[in-house]
Amino acid sequence: MSRPEDILPPDLHYNDTEAKKYTTSSRIQNIQVSMTHRALELLDLQNPSMILDVGCGSGLSGEILTSVEPSEGGPHIWVGMDISASMLDVALQRDVEGDLMLADIGQGVPFRAGSFDAAISISAIQWLCNADSSEVSPAGRLSRFFNGLYASLKRGGRAVCQFYPKNDQQRTMISGAAIKAGFGAGILEDDPGTKNSKIYLVLTVGGSAAEGNGGDITGVVKGMEYVNVLDARRKHREKGRDFKKGSKAWIISKKEQMERKGKVVKHNSKYTGRKRHIAF
Amino acid sequence: MKLLTLNFLTCAVKSCKSTSASFPLHPKDCELVSDTLKSDPKLLFNILPRLDWSALSTTASELGFPGLPPSAPTKEELEANEKLFHDLHTLLLETHISEGSLVCANCGHSYKIKEGIANFLLPNHLV
Ligand SMILES: C[S@@+](CC[C@H](N)C(=O)[O-])C[C@H]1O[C@@H](n2cnc3c(N)ncnc32)[C@H](O)[C@@H]1O
Ligand SMILES: [Zn+2]
Repeated sequence: MSRPEDILPPDLHYNDTEAKKYTTSSRIQNIQVSMTHRALELLDLQNPSMILDVGCGSGLSGEILTSVEPSEGGPHIWVGMDISASMLDVALQRDVEGDLMLADIGQGVPFRAGSFDAAISISAIQWLCNADSSEVSPAGRLSRFFNGLYASLKRGGRAVCQFYPKNDQQRTMISGAAIKAGFGAGILEDDPGTKNSKIYLVLTVGGSAAEGNGGDITGVVKGMEYVNVLDARRKHREKGRDFKKGSKAWIISKKEQMERKGKVVKHNSKYTGRKRHIAF
Repeated sequence: MKLLTLNFLTCAVKSCKSTSASFPLHPKDCELVSDTLKSDPKLLFNILPRLDWSALSTTASELGFPGLPPSAPTKEELEANEKLFHDLHTLLLETHISEGSLVCANCGHSYKIKEGIANFLLPNHLV
């Protein structure tokens, strides 16, 4: 199946017809809602918060933020950015609570430093890798976006971006841009290897745990299945031991090194050291 | 757009990133609407330390609201002063700009607001 991202820029793809079709599809509604719940779980917000919804579209994701019960730490308020006037128009008709802005995230995130407690993005940022009417390169747009997002979040804040990379190269390009902007980054993959596979980029902004609930990425994803923690600091890790590079013994020794440094590593299992598709 | 959001928005033009004159954006020919929203002390206390009080005072006076206290109230002051709490909730969360524009004092760029939606799309040469 061809990807809409490969065919048109987002503001043209999401025209009036597509925006209506997208928003009224109960299949899409269900998927967006469940992914937003998952993202909220990863944000782990304890108090009513101010959240940026990146690529908010017609508000399917944002509405979930509004509907979080007080007993669950909500309700949250949100500001949504989207490049499609048609999607925002549907959001208006549906009378969503959040504030809406017509904006291109590839141009940056125009908020002063430390504005938001958290950010979510559901099914949007892969668009930054693709066909676009602007002359700017995907790398340049990704860098503007992540730099802006990083600055707009308070210290200790978090962002969770669910996205649909076309291939491993896009996945690496996106997570690499986030790390370059200063984020601690991890990838969570639900149902890996299936056609329902969902990828969440979990981002933290440095700051002490006392300041908020952000802190180190390793705490965020601790104990989760299928989590890969990406960390710029890994570059400086110790030299490997005498095991053959890539062997099971070598991997286990690496894992021990990382565990000593407080990184999240997966449990060793009979699969350890076998080739997998989920690679960063 | 809520006045709360305006207290966080900056000019998106590249050359305005490093200057303080680009914040806050100034409402021009704005129509306001008010909406009711259940007040939530937890939310307001969470946001309070992040407000730029002097920007908020500027915005309030430009829109013709009565003057704000000279400095931001503390959480304790708000807890003790129900009217102040209520007024602040109304100003920040229930007052929306529905039509008009936001103007940058540094570069002069004007961001249109229609049906409450601000247009922050920029021509490439300004990014
Ligand atoms: C699949 S929709 C998701 C909308 C919403 N988050 C949801 O869960 O229903 C993707 C959205 O990303 C928006 N988008 C794509 N590229 C964008 C960009 N460069 N800036 C802002 N929004 C963008 C599209 O306009 C579209 O509304
Ligand atoms: Zn400006």
